[in-house]
Amino acid sequence: MQDWKRQKAAFASIAVSPVAWLIAFFVLPLAIVWLYSFGRNVGLTEIDISGTFSNYGRALEPLYLEIFGKSVAVAALTTLICLIVGFPIALAITFAQPKWRPWMLLAIMLPFWTNLLIRTYALITVLRTEGYVNKSLGWLWESASGLKVMVGMAPLSTWEPLPLLYNNFAVILGLVYVHLPFMVLPLYAALDRLDRSLIEASLDLGAGHFRTLTQIVAPLAAPGIISGVIITFVPALGAYLTPDLMGGPDSQMIANVIERQFKRANDWPFGAALSFLLMYATFILIALQALRNRKAEARS
Amino acid sequence: MDRRIPLQEFRANRRSILKSLGAAAVGISFAGALSGCGGKEQAAKIGGTGEEPKLNFYNWDTYIGETTLGDFKGASGIDVNMSLFATNDELFAKLRAGNPGFDVIVPSNDFVERMVKADMLVPLDHTQILNIKNVDPAFINVAYDPGRKFSLPYTWLLLGIGYRKSKVKAKPDSWKVLFDSPEYKGRIALLSEAGDMFRLYGKYLGKSVNGLTPEDLKTIEAMMIKQKPNVKAFHEDNGQDLLLSGEVDLVLEYNGDIAQIMTEDDDIDFIVPKEGSQLNSDTLCIPKGAPHPKNAHAFINYLLDAEAGKKITETILYPTPNAAAKALMPDSYKKNPVIFPAADLLARCEYASYNEKLQPLYEEAFTRVRAA
Repeated sequence: MQDWKRQKAAFASIAVSPVAWLIAFFVLPLAIVWLYSFGRNVGLTEIDISGTFSNYGRALEPLYLEIFGKSVAVAALTTLICLIVGFPIALAITFAQPKWRPWMLLAIMLPFWTNLLIRTYALITVLRTEGYVNKSLGWLWESASGLKVMVGMAPLSTWEPLPLLYNNFAVILGLVYVHLPFMVLPLYAALDRLDRSLIEASLDLGAGHFRTLTQIVAPLAAPGIISGVIITFVPALGAYLTPDLMGGPDSQMIANVIERQFKRANDWPFGAALSFLLMYATFILIALQALRNRKAEARS
Repeated sequence: MDRRIPLQEFRANRRSILKSLGAAAVGISFAGALSGCGGKEQAAKIGGTGEEPKLNFYNWDTYIGETTLGDFKGASGIDVNMSLFATNDELFAKLRAGNPGFDVIVPSNDFVERMVKADMLVPLDHTQILNIKNVDPAFINVAYDPGRKFSLPYTWLLLGIGYRKSKVKAKPDSWKVLFDSPEYKGRIALLSEAGDMFRLYGKYLGKSVNGLTPEDLKTIEAMMIKQKPNVKAFHEDNGQDLLLSGEVDLVLEYNGDIAQIMTEDDDIDFIVPKEGSQLNSDTLCIPKGAPHPKNAHAFINYLLDAEAGKKITETILYPTPNAAAKALMPDSYKKNPVIFPAADLLARCEYASYNEKLQPLYEEAFTRVRAA
């Protein structure tokens, strides 16, 4: 194989367009927003980059820290549920017959091809008071009540629809629904590479299925679990559409606050500071993961 | 006007990026197209504006007549490309860094003030908009744009309570049921617009929407936090959907939105609370940097035409400031108490003016309310 260091001209000619793309559409706009975070509003449309830290100071006030904290908790719970639900799914796909596997993967991927907004509205029609879930449950309730009357017992009390929408439960459910593929795919990738003979050995040597899962499969799939956790947690932390459309009066997450700074409050410098705080947190998370990987490599 | 997040937003976004990056390239291709496919023929079709027959219209969703854009093309030969925005803030945010190519926009009254202050609008040439004579004289000299230098009224609207008649004990004729009472716990939805919410609470407390002080904001914030457990949702101006689908029974919404769903469901009504409310007016403006200012004037003139105005009003069912168009409408519209509330109630309603100092305070206080 040729080393890219010896073929610098060829490498550069290939690299120049993606690098230019990255600089023009990612680094540059982000740098401008980063500069905004050290500025202040002058009038309605001008931002004076004065190098002030007051935006960060305001972003670190207890009000916003609490919202940060709540967003982290919501994202963490979402990730945990995704892991608990996603792990058996990934296992099932791994151990399914090869001819079924592409179809099962397709079933996981399919909702992904639909716009997030449409999926969210679809979920709303399922969950709302007059939605499919409540209508089905209401029908079952009425039927049970009718049956009781038929056998001579008192009917059930009248059906009260469950509050499934416009609360924190709905936000978590919506986030899990949206982010599940992010968890399942890396888990599947990790489990698929697993050496099956290790599992057989564990079972042969007398470990039960659960013990094999926790002590053999999970440690071996750890890299997949960690990357699954990170790529689920990071977008869930920045979610704003789901809490906006499915949340109740107290379901705001940090991304909703950031959005309001750029739109309603017309305070771009403060919005920039808030979003960069979110980004610093994400960077730290990814750096920790990279550090872990390097340590693991050094050990082996 | 349905202010749900429009999918079309993405289209406008893409165009704005294309515009800012490739303005030069676009210009070249236009010139090429014009010389290539018979500039003369097009010039004849334009009928005097002397611009290429195109217009970019930035409007609210469900806020134009079904055939209006086609009719305008038939009359003038100008192709209207309409994109949609969901809130005034979105409109402002998009134009803030420079006009991405819009010719006609539809900001509300307080944003007209704000955009004039930020020097974002082009003064209108009234000699090119003769249909200004159709506008009700009451809408010509308004505080937010004296003499109508920058804006012409398209509709006006009023916040009030939309409710399901079979689910309320009495007519909810006071803001109290929404703002200060557990009576309809879990069955009410309020607007997520911080400024509107604080001003309406002010109305409930007997103050002018433009007379709030920072101390009032503290009182109101405490009231909002106390009321929050009774509120099902702060909606993004899609309250009419929540009411229609039975999700809530009382909702803070604009009269036109409720009038639209009242045609689908007999059990729904709308009331302007006795304390009075806040008026808004959506207006037609031309932003600075509009590529086709003459077409824009022709389009605004067309929208203010009596017959065109009638067709728009038939679809959107908002109160129209176009007196000539209103005269052509049937009594079911003109005498509709939802669309045109009684004069004594209207006298208690006010237009909110833009307040640079209070706006950030509204936002921060509302963030505290939502986080509490």
